[in-house]
Amino acid sequence: MARMKFLCDADRCIECNACVTACKNENEVPWGINRRRVVTINDGKPGERSISMACMHCTDAPCAAVCPVDCFYTTVDKVVLHSKDLCIGCGYCFYACPFGAPQYPKVGNFGSRGKMDKCTFCAGGPEADLSPAEFQKYGSNRLAEGKLPLCAEMCSTKALLAGDGDIIAKIYKERVVKRGYGSGAWGWKTAYKETIAI
Amino acid sequence: MRLSQSIRSLFGVFGFVLALGLVAPASAQAPVNPTASSVREEQLLNALKPGSAAEIGGRISIPDQKASTLIRPAGREWREFHQGTMHLVGAVAVLGMLALLVIFYATRGRIAISTGRSNQTITRFGAFDRFVHWTTAGCFIVLALTGLNITFGKALLIPIFGEATFAAMTQLGKYAHNYLAFPFMIGLALMFLIWVKDNIPSKLDIDWFMQGGGLIGKGHPKAKRFNAGQKMVFWSVILGGAALSLSGWYLLFPYTAGGVLNLQFWNIVHGVVGMVLIGAMLAHAYIGSIGMEGAFDAMGSGEVDLNWAKEHHALWVEDEMKKGVMPAAARLQAAE
Repeated sequence: MARMKFLCDADRCIECNACVTACKNENEVPWGINRRRVVTINDGKPGERSISMACMHCTDAPCAAVCPVDCFYTTVDKVVLHSKDLCIGCGYCFYACPFGAPQYPKVGNFGSRGKMDKCTFCAGGPEADLSPAEFQKYGSNRLAEGKLPLCAEMCSTKALLAGDGDIIAKIYKERVVKRGYGSGAWGWKTAYKETIAI
Repeated sequence: MRLSQSIRSLFGVFGFVLALGLVAPASAQAPVNPTASSVREEQLLNALKPGSAAEIGGRISIPDQKASTLIRPAGREWREFHQGTMHLVGAVAVLGMLALLVIFYATRGRIAISTGRSNQTITRFGAFDRFVHWTTAGCFIVLALTGLNITFGKALLIPIFGEATFAAMTQLGKYAHNYLAFPFMIGLALMFLIWVKDNIPSKLDIDWFMQGGGLIGKGHPKAKRFNAGQKMVFWSVILGGAALSLSGWYLLFPYTAGGVLNLQFWNIVHGVVGMVLIGAMLAHAYIGSIGMEGAFDAMGSGEVDLNWAKEHHALWVEDEMKKGVMPAAARLQAAE
């Protein structure tokens, strides 16, 4: 089975934010929540880089470890998903996540958190594949249709890669060798405790 | 003269620019490395000092400015605390205190009224005192149980109830925890107001500690309305409760805390203080009920046995008598 990962080639990302928009549209993400975002580091300075970031579907995911109701599960493709039926909106996964992926719609009293929402690698949730209930809670299930996440699929510069970790690492390595430079696989060390050796 | 000079220097400049232009395409063929000067993740991660504002962030063009943090490794320390230290603190505070109480009960037994019950009672806590106490105590019990549930429920209760039932229970627990926080805080404030005047530490407290508080040994150190042990309970409730209220407030209104790193900090404060206070309250509940004959009446009916009062709060009884408070005849009590 594949081990699904994201990789953002920061030397190609042009901060067009199309991945952000595509994700919101494909998954009908609630208002105020962005499952994917583009952060520009050292903005306006020489050598600035933009990185598209979402849930990285970590190995030994911190969110799953701290969840008090054990609502997370890892699919056979190593995609980290969660059940909104079990989630109680406590916020612990948000405290633990190194990528700021979990977000909560503001519902009810106080600043009370609703059910957590995050990137699903376009793999839906625990409901039956491609069912209306699944779409309503988690958005699209492109993996079940044999497709990869839309953010990466429609990236105009192919900066954002999604797919099996070994394959996307190979693509990235080839790029780096051919063009002679690369600023590395952002987030990999934190998410997968490994990086791509060039 | 001048004109020809300037013309010559002008040609010189042209010549230089021309020469550059000829050289330039040649240099363009050499490989350019844009990342040589670019920002790199490794250098940013290395620059993060543990404990400080441990985040890599930048600029973001979506309206949610909180999303401008790219990587925040500090969550790992919080995870380690939450999955390790927090469980240890909780287990030691709760199980350790229960073990101590069992040992204490086995060795010391129930502390009896040594002169036996008299036929007279004296008012120790009025209706309002008891109302405030039980409001706060009732809230605290629910807050403590739901808090323990969120820490230990995953390991202890999911195997029993299954995931769906446990999640539904915990969801209700979260609401109970959020809502009962408010009567708890009000009760805390009222307790402080009605009892603080009798809980100022004094010289008598040193004597009380010197004599082991009557817990160790047989003596009954003299005490006013509250002895040093009760003062310790009072101040741990007030100070611990204040810490729980403040940290809980930030957790309840996350947007007032100023970032997730602060939320992690307040969560740690809330968890540790909560567990320690649960341990302290177990001891308080023990000595106020099965641990001591006659003690529960103080918060039960509010009328305590006169002999009990004289043994434990001799100076308070004297003061009450001076004020003209007369003991009342005891109501018929069930034999124990």
